[in-house]
Amino acid sequence: MENTTKRYWKGIEEYRNDIEVVKNADSEFNLEDIEGGTHRRDFLKMLGFGVAAVSLAACDAPVRKTIPYLKKPESVEPGIPNYFASTYAQGGDYASILVKTVEGRPIKIEGNKLSKVTRGGMSARVHASVLSLYDNDKLRGPQKGEAEISWEDLDKEVMGGLSSASNVRILSSSIVSPTAKKVVADFSAKYPSTKHVSYDVSSVSGMIEANATSFGKAIVPSYDFSKAKVIVGVNCDFLGNWLSSIQHSAQWAEGRKLVSGKDGKQTMSRHYQFETGMTITGSAADYRDMIKPSEEGAFLVALYNKLTGNAIGNSSISSKILDKCVADLKGASGASLVVSGSNDAAIQTVVNGINSFLGNYGNTISLAKSNNTRQGIDADVAALASELKSGSVDALIILDANPVFNLPNGSEWADLIGKVKTSVSFASRVDETAAVCKYVAPAPHFLESWGDASPYTGSYSLQQPTISLIFNTRQAESSLLTWAGLDGDYHKYLKANWKNNILSGKSWVSALHDGVLETSETLSTENITFSANLGAAAASIASKKASGLEVSVFEAIGMGDGSQANNPWLLELPDPITKVTWENTLNISQKTANEQGLEKGDWAKLTVGNYSIELPVLIQPGQAHQTVSVAKGFGRTAAGKCGNVGANPIPFTNGVNWTSNAAIEKTKSGYTLAQTQTHETVMGRKAVVQESVLSEYVKNNKAGRFEPMIETSEGPVKPYSISLWDGHEKKNHSWGMVIDLNTCTGCSSCLISCQAENNVSVVGKKEVARAREMHWIRIDRYYSTDADTTYKINPSHIRKMEDASENPEVVFQPMMCQHCNNAPCETVCPVLATTHSSEGLNQMTYNRCVGTRYCANNCPYKVRRFNWWKYYENEQFDFHMNNELGRMVLNPEVTVRSRGVIEKCSMCVQRIQSGKLVAKKEKRRPVDGEIETACSQSCPTGAITFGDMMDPNSKISKALETEKEGRAFHVLEEINVQPQVSYLTKIRNKDLGDAKASLHHEESHKTEAHAEEEQHG
Amino acid sequence: MQVVSPIREHLVTGGKTLHDITEDISRHVEGNPTKEWKMVFGISLAVLAYGGYWAYQTWFHGLGNWGLNKTVGWAWDITNFVWWVGIGHAGTLISAILLLFRQKWRTSINRAAEAMTIFAVLCAGTFIFFHMGRPWLAYWALPLPNTFGSLWINFNSPLVWDVFAISTYLSVSLLFWYIGLIPDLATIRDRATGLRKTIYGALAMGWTGGARAWARYEDVSLILAGLSTPLVLSVHTIVSMDFATSVIPGWHTTIFPPYFVAGAIFSGFAMVQNLMLIVRVVYKLEDYITIEHISLMNKIITVTGSIVGVAYITEFFIAAYSGVQYESYAFVNRATGPLWWSYLAMMTCNVLSPQIFWFKKMRESIVVSFVIAVVVNIGMWFERFVIIVTSLHRDYLPSSWTYFTPRMGDIGDYLFTFGFFFVCFLLFAKFLPVINMAEVKSVLKSSSEKKSNK
Repeated sequence: MENTTKRYWKGIEEYRNDIEVVKNADSEFNLEDIEGGTHRRDFLKMLGFGVAAVSLAACDAPVRKTIPYLKKPESVEPGIPNYFASTYAQGGDYASILVKTVEGRPIKIEGNKLSKVTRGGMSARVHASVLSLYDNDKLRGPQKGEAEISWEDLDKEVMGGLSSASNVRILSSSIVSPTAKKVVADFSAKYPSTKHVSYDVSSVSGMIEANATSFGKAIVPSYDFSKAKVIVGVNCDFLGNWLSSIQHSAQWAEGRKLVSGKDGKQTMSRHYQFETGMTITGSAADYRDMIKPSEEGAFLVALYNKLTGNAIGNSSISSKILDKCVADLKGASGASLVVSGSNDAAIQTVVNGINSFLGNYGNTISLAKSNNTRQGIDADVAALASELKSGSVDALIILDANPVFNLPNGSEWADLIGKVKTSVSFASRVDETAAVCKYVAPAPHFLESWGDASPYTGSYSLQQPTISLIFNTRQAESSLLTWAGLDGDYHKYLKANWKNNILSGKSWVSALHDGVLETSETLSTENITFSANLGAAAASIASKKASGLEVSVFEAIGMGDGSQANNPWLLELPDPITKVTWENTLNISQKTANEQGLEKGDWAKLTVGNYSIELPVLIQPGQAHQTVSVAKGFGRTAAGKCGNVGANPIPFTNGVNWTSNAAIEKTKSGYTLAQTQTHETVMGRKAVVQESVLSEYVKNNKAGRFEPMIETSEGPVKPYSISLWDGHEKKNHSWGMVIDLNTCTGCSSCLISCQAENNVSVVGKKEVARAREMHWIRIDRYYSTDADTTYKINPSHIRKMEDASENPEVVFQPMMCQHCNNAPCETVCPVLATTHSSEGLNQMTYNRCVGTRYCANNCPYKVRRFNWWKYYENEQFDFHMNNELGRMVLNPEVTVRSRGVIEKCSMCVQRIQSGKLVAKKEKRRPVDGEIETACSQSCPTGAITFGDMMDPNSKISKALETEKEGRAFHVLEEINVQPQVSYLTKIRNKDLGDAKASLHHEESHKTEAHAEEEQHG
Repeated sequence: MQVVSPIREHLVTGGKTLHDITEDISRHVEGNPTKEWKMVFGISLAVLAYGGYWAYQTWFHGLGNWGLNKTVGWAWDITNFVWWVGIGHAGTLISAILLLFRQKWRTSINRAAEAMTIFAVLCAGTFIFFHMGRPWLAYWALPLPNTFGSLWINFNSPLVWDVFAISTYLSVSLLFWYIGLIPDLATIRDRATGLRKTIYGALAMGWTGGARAWARYEDVSLILAGLSTPLVLSVHTIVSMDFATSVIPGWHTTIFPPYFVAGAIFSGFAMVQNLMLIVRVVYKLEDYITIEHISLMNKIITVTGSIVGVAYITEFFIAAYSGVQYESYAFVNRATGPLWWSYLAMMTCNVLSPQIFWFKKMRESIVVSFVIAVVVNIGMWFERFVIIVTSLHRDYLPSSWTYFTPRMGDIGDYLFTFGFFFVCFLLFAKFLPVINMAEVKSVLKSSSEKKSNK
């Protein structure tokens, strides 16, 4: 065959080697013409592809549409956030803020560092307020009764009602806004019968009254805790809730900061706290003692008597701490501060007497600048109630207030308001009060509104909308202006008012840009002398008798006055002290519990007179005996889908925050509280919390430090000097944190900030009770114990270490991923979902995680969180991530984690990356302070320092440099995981003999130092 | 010097002939299922169905159905995993190590033990999938070539070692079991007709029964025995490293590998004991599984039980001796903390209960043997629970200490594997010879009771 020369041609075309023939040489039968181009193989190919494509498409995620801008707004750059300065002024809280918006929606609130008042500090409630913007339970538009109504009709009807009214009343919470006050004035000009009454849920009416009698000035003064060397708080949670707590925290921390080394600041203020329930302020105090609420007055009288040597009245109170306190106060005239949270004018008069005796006015207390966040006078509200009762009021406008819920006689108010002919509420939802009003004219959230505030005399700040109106709402000010027959454009009105009355020639644009404006305005303090009748005050105090079980009603860190009750972030915020989420509790001491036959897990009914509430019992160390503390703000009935939790204790109170003669009765048992921490003490673990007292610290900057040694053949060495690992090479950056335990107050601002920044899921009460909360940063709270904290292998000894003292010392330790350099989590992940970055971060790759949870088990700090369920778009978790509106708060730069993956603190890697990008574009290194994590940024006391430890000039490098031979330590140093996060020891300004935990600590440290070295072989 | 070995008990009683053996064993394969079988199978299916519901819940809705929390990331899942793997140890030990040591008494029990091994390892494998947050991505734990860039598996992770250890163990065990089955399948094939003949014929892979086939069979058995012997030790060693290589006090312990292997053999033998006693009664195999067998098994149970007992005590001693606060606390907490009852259950069931076998009467009592075997398996379950949960729930930072309470998902998924195990085992007992006829025949001449002359 191979030799054949014969060729056969199919036809003449092939013979001629036609171009057509050459083209079709590979298709034998040239079927294209016959079968129309689809061959069997093609068919199979298509079929195969089709099936694959269809099945792939079927597995694909559902289509989500993103709609591009048809016309892009000039200032909006997709992916690049814009910041707007604004103001938070709600429920007596004030903060100057920056609102981070992406593509026109606010997603995060940060502190405004330009503000002289809050100095960039924030609180949990301010952070969480951005979520309240996207509350799905808000009203979509105005309502008349339960029916919808148009704004035009509402205006017509309300104006009709107002003009026919013989008496118009406006009931509001304190109006901090000068322009809103002007609106009220303009409104009153149109309806001359108008009277404006304001009240505060946490009223300081008594203090205003006392200042009027003492100094002739009915104001709340401004305080400066930073100047005080001795601070005495009497039932006054000034770091948590009292007046401007963000500002007070910063001032307080100034006096508490310590710097190691030769030239460091090694003095501290001394803080005494006398209180009923344990608060974060009491936890932060050097000396704390427990008093019943009924003893507040008598205690202050005793303090006055001992201090001045003049007895203004009899007082049987005496305590060792009181004597010490008096001695310290005597030594700090003009540089001390005595504050009381009481709303009793007589008590505040005695406080004024003490402060003026100590010469604190003009130094730590200023009457030249009034604090405007609380202006309510309780007597006015009582007068309004009697007017309503008499039926003389025809029109009532409720502005930013919820009297039915938060006045002691709320149910009475419901009846009274219901009888008013024309009643209007500006509530954003049909709340308890709006439900009994004829009309609801919903006002938008503050992030949708124009406004201003003057928290202090001479301090102004502006509020601007950061999103267009979400629903058909109208600002209360606009409504009032409209009803007054004026132009309802509040923006114009505000601008005009600022130009005419506040700016005094300065630029509106720059004021709006900065958000704040300071003027030199002050109140006159000439000829002010203390002139109150202390004897009468003492007599009034002595006349108030209390007996039996006392109930103290306080404001909780998360819930505040309850106006943000439908905010799942705040509901799930663990109370810094009790660690309870989603409800309030009856806090009682162990001794009282024993007396009343109550124990952990019980529910009890608390009754005073004919009002009673039923709540779970919480055994609270540090709670005064024979008292029950209950947080207000809970017990809403019309807050929204998730906010109607707990029970309302406000009806127990009347003017003051407490009542007596209570009965407590067990109703059921076996209940598990949704607590994020259930163990109370640190179990003598010296490598976890390290603390000492000032006198020891001054002698030795390393006082309280625990320095484990590892025994080797070459003698004992430091744990970090032996390692199996090569370590990680860091070329450019080494991100780290230093956390000062001394200035951390436990306020939990960082926690909500982190939650907002990192899209941390809310899991609900049941899941928290199962210990599955998702927070990336937690505030560990440890109580001291009366037991010897030297560790011994003895079960009964160990058991004793678990019990907190009756009046414990408290340490807060913020705990998040420590970004270990020898990370135990990294070695155990089978799929490399958690790895180390070249910048010292332990990074979590969510979409690589298969969810074995080995990393979480192997984490010595237990900071890893697992997505047990799908927490978004899931009816089981009907919080903000289950509705379109609520999901608008999500940070687009952070993945929403799916079910089955682990998550944890990333040190806000998205912020690091964007900060680095900005620097890179400008061809420079990131400047220290340019990149901040959500937690470090929001801390009002500056307890968290974040930065690049490779940059020798960064704040963190300098802090570590000075504290290396001082207070800096790593938690659990001996396991050699080498965290990127350092802590600074907690130092109390206490005499060595008085220290509880620290005393044992010191002693055991000394005696055990040698043993420890031997043991670590 | 002259050594006189004691006269061994007969391994097969009742004076069986070779044909009797074939008859006795094949009977069950060939006959209709008995009422007892149907009943037990029905129950097993019901358990499987109920467990299946919870398996569905776990896989489709998430691990929230379990009682785990932020601190206790593993509890019943890994407890069950280790428990099943442990049980799966006896099969290979009996077939491989005892084969190498020429222990003839193993012949009656090795088949069922190997089958049990395979099903137990499959159950253990189920928990590998169960415990994952995203089980559909389980293949990421395999060293497959992929396009994920630098993401591959982490050879530092004991979980990866686990994947290799368990999959190797499963494949070798399966192979060993199947090769052992071939001569018996051929026996059944030769007795069967019709479809059965075709099926068993295919399964018998053309076994001829010729001398060459037997020689190869012996060789392969020996090679596989040689291969699986290190596996018996390695699998549980590696499983123990899941804990031993961690930093968690109570896990970070060098004693774990031998301690886990001993524990595995302990629980495996107990499970074999249970199953064999049931089969013995149901299938009337008293002549093949004799009191001598039971007694020997009980001796191994007592020895291994005592080994784990020593290990428990050693752990305590080392914890105290180390001087490390966290370590010693972990152990104090085990015995006296909130989960003290699980520690007590473990100690009683594992260490104390098998000591009863020091008495010959007890050792040879079928009821006592059965009860103690059940108790041992309960104890071994608690051992893993104690190690995993009591170490995790109170580790370094007291702020994170929690408790563990199981939920229906935990229980349901455990039941699922029980259902699966018993369904598989019952199908095996019905359709395959439960006793290795070929090997029993091989010991018949040397170690069986002669037919008594009536």
